[in-house]
Amino acid sequence: MDKDEILFKPIYETGRGFYITFGILAVILLWALAMYINQVMVGLGPTGMNQPVTWGFYIVNFVFFIGISHAGTLISAILRLSKAEWRRPITRMAEVITAIVLVIGGLHPILDLGRPDRMMNLLESGRLQSPLLWDVTSITAYFTASTVYLYLPMIPDIARIRDRGGKLKWLYTFMAWGWQGTEYQQKVLNRAINILMVMVIPIAISVHTVISYIFSMTLQPGWHSTIFGPYFVVGAIFSGIAALMIVMMTFRKVYHLETYLKEIHFRYLSTLLLIMSLIWFYFTFSEYLTGVFGSEAHEMEVIKYKFSGPFAPFFWGMVLCNFVLPVTILSFRKFRTMTGIFVASVAVVIGMWLERLIIVVPSLASPRMDVPLGIYVPTILEWSLFAGGIAVFVMGFMLFSKFFPIISIWEIEEGRSHAAKEVEERIASYLPGP
Amino acid sequence: MPKWAMAIDLDKCTGCESCMIACKVENNVAIVDPEQAQAGRVMYWMDMMTAYESEDTQVVRRIVPKPCFHCDEPPCTVVCPVGATYRNPEGIVAQVYHRCIGCRYCMAACPYTAKVFNWYAPKWLEDSACRPNPDVSLRMSGVVEKCSFCSHRLQQIKEIADLEGRRIEDGEYVTACQENCPTDAIVFGDIEDKDSSVYKLSKSYRVKRYMDDLDVKPKVFYLSRRTTE
Repeated sequence: MDKDEILFKPIYETGRGFYITFGILAVILLWALAMYINQVMVGLGPTGMNQPVTWGFYIVNFVFFIGISHAGTLISAILRLSKAEWRRPITRMAEVITAIVLVIGGLHPILDLGRPDRMMNLLESGRLQSPLLWDVTSITAYFTASTVYLYLPMIPDIARIRDRGGKLKWLYTFMAWGWQGTEYQQKVLNRAINILMVMVIPIAISVHTVISYIFSMTLQPGWHSTIFGPYFVVGAIFSGIAALMIVMMTFRKVYHLETYLKEIHFRYLSTLLLIMSLIWFYFTFSEYLTGVFGSEAHEMEVIKYKFSGPFAPFFWGMVLCNFVLPVTILSFRKFRTMTGIFVASVAVVIGMWLERLIIVVPSLASPRMDVPLGIYVPTILEWSLFAGGIAVFVMGFMLFSKFFPIISIWEIEEGRSHAAKEVEERIASYLPGP
Repeated sequence: MPKWAMAIDLDKCTGCESCMIACKVENNVAIVDPEQAQAGRVMYWMDMMTAYESEDTQVVRRIVPKPCFHCDEPPCTVVCPVGATYRNPEGIVAQVYHRCIGCRYCMAACPYTAKVFNWYAPKWLEDSACRPNPDVSLRMSGVVEKCSFCSHRLQQIKEIADLEGRRIEDGEYVTACQENCPTDAIVFGDIEDKDSSVYKLSKSYRVKRYMDDLDVKPKVFYLSRRTTE
């Protein structure tokens, strides 16, 4: 019996709950697919978008999903780079989030196109001067880097499954790339991971910066802001950590991984969440204070639309979800239980979605010209595709857990065998002495 | 190279909306169902903007015809990912319907809200007395369109002028909205030509430009005696 047998269990045993959940999600996905096919046939008419609100849920969700994807690779790379020992059970799940959500998010601009059949124009006659092309470039780069970064640390685990025999041996044999765990192979793997994790950080930051540029490169009030790049990156990491904790808690519950994902991991991550919440508030505060203090007429129109106009419930809901709730829960030890952390994480994910909504819609709805204020009410089509996106996310995770271990087994083992000694040596090297 | 510009005299404009109708018919702009139009999907290349402003004790309702402003430095063309909208050498901001992928980025970037989108497949009147204008290409669903300064007319006039080996005279190239204006409130022409009427009007003390501070250099300007913008 392997010490980490429980981590292999989901690959070989599948309960009824899995099939039921998967079936429900598949129905949602099929429904969304049918709705989308209808949209392709009749055009963007069935959406709630109009003039002047020419962008709606699709762009909101695009920014939101890409933001969530920052949980993964970026956080995992930072934790690896800073040699945080508690990262070991977390990194794999974080990286999977990135790979799945990036696919979902990356598809959203295509859902938004009026002529998806002409999508290849982007490659054939794309203008590199357009921020949309920057997006295409950086998201593709990020997707490539993060899938490789997910795959490389999986190789030793895949080899382990291959050696156990059983189902799909050919697949694991192929994917294990002849891994035998020799010293040379380990050296190469470690080197590759080290190179990738350094590379992936600037790519990840560029992705969300460039997404913010879509908005900030225009002249529209509420969008044309220099703070947007870092603001979006902070928001992305913020929502990413929250999503990561929700995923971790779900797996901990469903696959009984309490011994791997301990409370200490959540406490550390929630400290990170608290810090990000404060940084997020700092950015939001600076953004709106400069707007209000300057009181430029068009800028104020947008701000009023958010503060007291039709978007007030969403705006103040965002402040509640992103700042008031997480900060109160996470700063007091009394509330900082597992339930508390879960509530805070869910609040942050909702709040960050609201933030994307609040950035995209009000600026479009109150244009500079004296045309009537726009309204935007999403229709069933847009809600369906949103639900479909979330269904793909959950299904992707479920499928992944049926083929590969969702906690990096070899890294846990390495932690048991080498890490303690290594950390001891490292600490000794910090201390005064020879 | 001429540079086409338009002056709209608000002191002459009666708000009769015949420019809107002329434009709609001339350019095959699709007819939108009433409920769709109500939902903010109405399609006009030449729109009528209603602005309310207070003068002393009374509120004044102002009606302003609003075509595309054909900026010299258009914010819409710089963001287009596929080059479906561009500014041609004569200053007309054009739209290539067959290249447009329908991302609507140009609409989001336009400070004048001048562009419209084909949310559904466009429909035209089936009446035999009112057939689509054969000189203007029909659009398909999912593309952005906007005022073209009736550039199909320019093409015809240019051909004639080239054949005769002369320059296009002032007042030879007229847009549909200008042609149909009963009070001659719309003046169109080459602003580079110092003798043209539009050039002379551009030097008037009454000239107003929308959002001059953005420095996008709109080529449609207004003439109004009123002091407030």
